[in-house]
Amino acid sequence: MAYSDKVIDHYSNPRNVGTLDKSKKNVGTGLVGAPECGDVMRLQIEVDETTNTITDAKFKTFGCGSAIASSSLATEWLKGKTIDEALSIDNMEIVEELALPPVKIHCSVLAEDAIKSAISDYRVKNGLPALEAEKAHH
Amino acid sequence: MLKLPIYLDNNATTPLDPRVLEAMMPYLTEVFGNAASRNHPFGWAAEEAVDYAREQIAQLIKCDPKEIIFTSGATESDNLGIKGVYEMYSQRGNHIITATTEHKAVLDTCKHIEKLGGRVTYLPVNEQGLISLEELEAAMTPQTILVTIMYGNNETGTIQPIREIAAIAHKHGALFMTDATQAVGKIPVDVIADGIDLMAFSAHKMYGPKGVGALYVRRKNPRVKVTAQMDGGGHERGMRSGTLNVPGIVGLGKACEVCRLDMEADTQRISAMRDRLERELLTLEESYVNGSREHRLPHVTNISFKYVEGEGLMMGVKDLAVSSGSACTSASLEPSYVLKALGLSDDLAHSSLRFGLSRFTTDEQIDFAIGHVKEAVTKLREMSPLWEMFKEGIDLDKIEWAEH
Repeated sequence: MAYSDKVIDHYSNPRNVGTLDKSKKNVGTGLVGAPECGDVMRLQIEVDETTNTITDAKFKTFGCGSAIASSSLATEWLKGKTIDEALSIDNMEIVEELALPPVKIHCSVLAEDAIKSAISDYRVKNGLPALEAEKAHH
Repeated sequence: MLKLPIYLDNNATTPLDPRVLEAMMPYLTEVFGNAASRNHPFGWAAEEAVDYAREQIAQLIKCDPKEIIFTSGATESDNLGIKGVYEMYSQRGNHIITATTEHKAVLDTCKHIEKLGGRVTYLPVNEQGLISLEELEAAMTPQTILVTIMYGNNETGTIQPIREIAAIAHKHGALFMTDATQAVGKIPVDVIADGIDLMAFSAHKMYGPKGVGALYVRRKNPRVKVTAQMDGGGHERGMRSGTLNVPGIVGLGKACEVCRLDMEADTQRISAMRDRLERELLTLEESYVNGSREHRLPHVTNISFKYVEGEGLMMGVKDLAVSSGSACTSASLEPSYVLKALGLSDDLAHSSLRFGLSRFTTDEQIDFAIGHVKEAVTKLREMSPLWEMFKEGIDLDKIEWAEH
């Protein structure tokens, strides 16, 4: 299968690979996927609590090139966004940006799930209710 | 200068040896006759070339030249052998025994036999990829007409105990067939000493051309017969009709001759390179060889790199032409059924690479491959949340993974 130039770029030079201190109250962690499905993404955000803005984002992904690229792109997009803005990121935007083929759309879905899961974790840590899981598109 | 990508997928196919091409050339040009034309020199020259090829093949596998039936390749040979025996010996029984790690050409042919009303036993293998002789013995029935077990596995290189298997089949009055596609030309195969009654093999896995192979069919002790699966002019003693592929057959013959003469030297050089590649890659933590290392073809190694995903790994080793344990067809990512049969988990099967070396592989290429794979695995692990958890001592099996 031919990968798009953008996928190859993110795969070869992934942005924001790493780990944030999950014991910190202003760090939210999302871990989605499963090893036997061939994709596991962990996405973390660090939030400035006064402005509700994401100041840092890191990821680690076990998966194919498209999964790595989707999560790498997600971290790029998250930085500087408010929580509300981050929640509005749709997987189809990732599909478009990376020119993912239909068989790889699930990678973008996983990235969107990882974003929401990280935000939800941050909310729970700060005394807010967890996000309603949106599973409609699965 | 190293030319990239480097070809290490010689279990899929091998390049044509220049010596083989040279032998074939006249038969693609001036000597174009039909080997079945008995009335003129054009036909005689073609027939002579075919007969010479039979002798070259016979010398490699230690049979009589008359016992070679030319086909289009190992898949056709497997079909002809299994279906042909099933039909020919239907009076005697309808039971066939094979193994779960066989090539699809055998497994799907056996499925076809089941649809026709035959009964097939698929023997499991142990973690080394070997069948159990006790289980084979226990599976034998008075209705068993054929035991078909491959010589060396295409994915792992595991070599089955062929002589012992043949002896058990014969003890119970069944024929023994082997798909020896990966073994012939690579290791000594002796149909008499091994007790083989039918054997499928192909030219393009031993530096010959694609589109030509053969089925060895024993002519005495016992005399084995198969019903034709292709009707027509009655070529190949009536077992396989169709005008003979003379240039291809000449190529198969020459490939066999070169393999016979060079086998010892080739094996020594290739297995030394394979062992070095394997030793170096095993210095990566959590990497495992799949299949038996003791009973193995000299040119293959299949290694799983835990906590690295297969497709991502393939992308990381883009300068190598290798195969992975993921048969990644369209949307579904199916792990190799051969590796699964060895007891590997899906993720370990997915994260495997198969390296197949050839007589044209160089030390320089192996050096490059070692560095390239190490770099890719290390990079992907640094990016892998599973690797991080493993390093922190977290038991991944105890995690409740989010449904997806």
